[in-house]
Amino acid sequence: MSALFDILASAGLWAAVLRIATPLILATLGALISERAGVLNLGIEGIMTFGAMVGWLAVYNGADLWTGLLVAALGGAMFGLLHSVLTVTLGLSQHVSGLGVTLFASSFAYYVFRLMVPVAGTPPTITPFQPLDIPGLSDLPFFGPAFFTQTAPTYLAIGLAIALAYLIARTPVGLAIRMTGENPHAAEAQGLNPMAIRYGAVIFGSALMGVGGAFLTLSAFNSFFPTMVQGRGWICIALVVFASWKPERALLGAILFALFDAFQLRLQTVLSGVVPYQIFLMIPYLLSIVALAVMARRARVPQALMQPYRRGER
Amino acid sequence: MTDTVLDIKNVSKSFGDNLANDDISLSLAKGEIVALLGENGAGKTTLMSILFGHYVPDTGSVSVMGQALPAGKPRAAISAGVGMVHQHFSLAPNLTVLENVMTGTESLWSIGSNVSAGRKKLLDISQRFGLKVDPDARLGDLSVGEQQRVEILKALYNDARILVLDEPTAVLTKLEAETLFSTLKDMARQGLSLIFISHKLDEVMATADRIVVLRGGRQVAERKVGETSKAELAELMVGRKVTRPVREASTPGEIVLEAAGITVRSGGVDRLKSVDFRLRAGEVLGIIGVSGNGQAVLAQLLSGTIGRSAGDLVLFGKGVGDLTVADAVSCGIGRIPEDRNRDGVIGEMAIWENAVLERLPEFSKAGLVDRKAGIAFATRIIEGFDVRGGSPTSRIRLLSGGNMQKLILGRNLIERPKILLAAQPARGLDEGAVAAVHERILEARKAGTAVLLISEDLDEVMALADRIQAIVGGRLSPSVNAEHVDAQRLGLMMAGEWGGASDAV
Repeated sequence: MSALFDILASAGLWAAVLRIATPLILATLGALISERAGVLNLGIEGIMTFGAMVGWLAVYNGADLWTGLLVAALGGAMFGLLHSVLTVTLGLSQHVSGLGVTLFASSFAYYVFRLMVPVAGTPPTITPFQPLDIPGLSDLPFFGPAFFTQTAPTYLAIGLAIALAYLIARTPVGLAIRMTGENPHAAEAQGLNPMAIRYGAVIFGSALMGVGGAFLTLSAFNSFFPTMVQGRGWICIALVVFASWKPERALLGAILFALFDAFQLRLQTVLSGVVPYQIFLMIPYLLSIVALAVMARRARVPQALMQPYRRGER
Repeated sequence: MTDTVLDIKNVSKSFGDNLANDDISLSLAKGEIVALLGENGAGKTTLMSILFGHYVPDTGSVSVMGQALPAGKPRAAISAGVGMVHQHFSLAPNLTVLENVMTGTESLWSIGSNVSAGRKKLLDISQRFGLKVDPDARLGDLSVGEQQRVEILKALYNDARILVLDEPTAVLTKLEAETLFSTLKDMARQGLSLIFISHKLDEVMATADRIVVLRGGRQVAERKVGETSKAELAELMVGRKVTRPVREASTPGEIVLEAAGITVRSGGVDRLKSVDFRLRAGEVLGIIGVSGNGQAVLAQLLSGTIGRSAGDLVLFGKGVGDLTVADAVSCGIGRIPEDRNRDGVIGEMAIWENAVLERLPEFSKAGLVDRKAGIAFATRIIEGFDVRGGSPTSRIRLLSGGNMQKLILGRNLIERPKILLAAQPARGLDEGAVAAVHERILEARKAGTAVLLISEDLDEVMALADRIQAIVGGRLSPSVNAEHVDAQRLGLMMAGEWGGASDAV
C-alpha cells in the first residue's frame, strides 16, 4: 500500500497529470460548447490529429510556437466549418458527418505531412514549449514542482475552462447557445438566429480541438506521428457527458482521467512482473466507463442535441 | 377603441399548390380581443406566422402602429411589440423560467447578464397581470398551464402590445382555460390587444369582442360577438350545417369486460385503486375525469402495456390475468390512444403501413409483407371512413389531426372489434371531425361493440355514453345512468363527490 501512497505523494505524478489533462481539457471544451448548441462533433479525433500536424508543421517551417497554436486553431476551425455546412445547413446526420470528418481529417493530416516532410529514420523535431518559471510559486516545496512547472498552454487551458464556464452560465451569448441546444425554435421565436449560433459554436469548438491536438506536438512531445492522438478525442466525447455539459466539471473530469492515466503508468513500474502491463493500460478507460455510468444518469442532455434545425418546421 | 394597432392588408401565401391564405385583411384596435376562428387547415396559423415573421407572404403587407413590418423578420415583429404564444410552446424544459424569458433580450456581445434587473422586470409583469410564477423554477418541472403562463410572460417581457395566442386552450384543463381567459380579458382592459386562434365556439363567444372566420384559406365572415350565435359561427366555419349525432336508445347485451378490484401500482404510487366496472356489448361506458387522475393508466391496462398489481380482469367471462398487447389485439380490443401522434401512429411511415402494423401476420405472404393487400386495406379505410389529404402511400404525419384520427378509428372499426377503447377520441379535433368521430363510435355501438370512452369533455360523454363513471385520484365512482344526470351532477362527480348515490347496473 505504501507504494501506492508514494506514487500519489510524488510531485512528478501531479505534474504529469496536468500535462496529460491539457489536450483533454481543450478538446472537451470544444466538444462541449458545440453540443451545448445542439451539434455533436465526432470529427474531434481527426480534428485533433490535423491540429497536431498543422501546428507542428508551421513551427517546423519557422513560425513561432504561438503562431503554431493559432494555425492549429484555424485548421480546426476549417473542419468545423465543413461539419457545420453538413449538419447545420444541410441538416445531415451529425454522427455520420462527424465520423466522416474524423476519417478525412486524419488521412488529410497524414497526407499533408508526407507531402511536406520527407521520410526519415528518425522523425524531425522542433523545440517545444518550455515550462514557465513562475517567480515564487514554482519554488514552493512539493506544490512548485507538482503544479507550477507546466508550459503556458496548460495554464491557458485551465483559464479557458473557467472563462467558458462563466460564458455559458452568465452571459447573454451563453444563454443563447444553451437555448439553441435545448430548443432552436424557441431561440428563433426570441429573435435569435439558431443557424448562426450553431455555426459559431461548432467552429469555435473545432478550433479548440485543433489547439488541443497541437498541444501534443508543440508541448507534450516535439514531433508528429499520425497515430499520436490515440483515441483522446473519443475520451473527450465521453468526458462531455461525464461533465453534464458543464465546463467546470469538464476540467475536473479531464484531470481525473489524467490522474488515472498517470497513476497507472507509475503503477506499472511498481507492480511489473506481477500483473501484465496491458491491464494497467485498461484502467483509465474502465474507470471512465464506471464514472460515466454513475454521473451520466443524472445528466440533463441538451434537448435538441443531434436534431437538425429547419426554419418553419416544427 | 378606434386607434388601430395592427393592420394586415390583403395577405396571400401559398405552399406549392396549396393556397393557405387568400387575400386576407384583418385589423385590431387597442384593447380589443379578436378571435380567429376556423377549422384545422383554414389558414389561421399561417396568417399569424406571417404576422410574426416566420413566413414571408407572397403578397400583402403587415403594419403595426402605422409602421410597415419587414417581412420574414421575427426580431422586427418582436421589437414592434408583437408577441406570440405558440400552441407548441417555444420553451426549453432544461432552463429556468427566467432564462427562458431572458433569452435574446440582451445584446449578445455584452460581458455579463443583468439577471437581477431581468428578475425584477419579470416579477413586476407577473404581478401586474396576475400571472404567478417562480423565476428560478426549472421549466420542465412546471405544469402545462404554468408553462403557458411563462410563454405569455415571455411575450410581455419583450414589451408586447399585441399578443397572439395560437389555440391557447388546446393543452389546458377546463379550469386552467377559464383562468387563462379571465387573465386575457384583464390584459385587454389594461390596453393590450389580443388575437386568439381557436376552433372552439364556446370560448370564442365567451371571450372575444370580434370574430373573424377563416375557411379554406379565405376570410368568410367577420362578426361582432353580440351579433352572432354559436350555430351561425359553426356553419360559417365548416361551410355547412354541422349536427352532432344523437345516441339512440338500445338494449345492451352480455357483459364482455369486467374489472374487479383492480389496483395498478407504478413508481411506488397506486395509479388505480381497486377499480370496478362492467362493460356490456352494444353500450358506451363513459369514464369522465380531469386528466391526470388515472385514466391514462386505465387505458394502458386495457391495451396491455401495463400490468395490474391486484384484482381481476375478466374478458368474455374468462379471467385473463395480465393482458399483453398481442392479447389485446387477438381478443378484438380496438384502441384509440389518447396521444395519437405518440402512441397511435408512426409519423414517418406510410398510411398503409400504419394501417396494417398491428395485424402484420394477416398481411404477410411467405414471410414478406404483402404490400398490395396492405394498400388495398388502407384504401378501404380511406374510402370507408372519409380520410382526406393523403393516399395509402403518403406519410401519415402529413394528415391533419382529424383525418389521422379517422384513419385510426377506421383501422380499429373496419374489423368490427368486440371492444373499443376510445381515450379522448375528439381531443384537438375541429367541429366537423368531432361529429364524424362521434358518429363512428355510435355506429360501432349499434353494431354491438362495447365502447369504453375515456374523456374529460362533459358534452362528449353526455352525448355518447349510456352509463358514466367518474375517475378521481385513481378511484372509479359507481356508475350512473346517463339519462339521469346533468352537467352539474357530473361536475360534482369529477370533483370526487359521488356520495352513495348510484344507479345499480
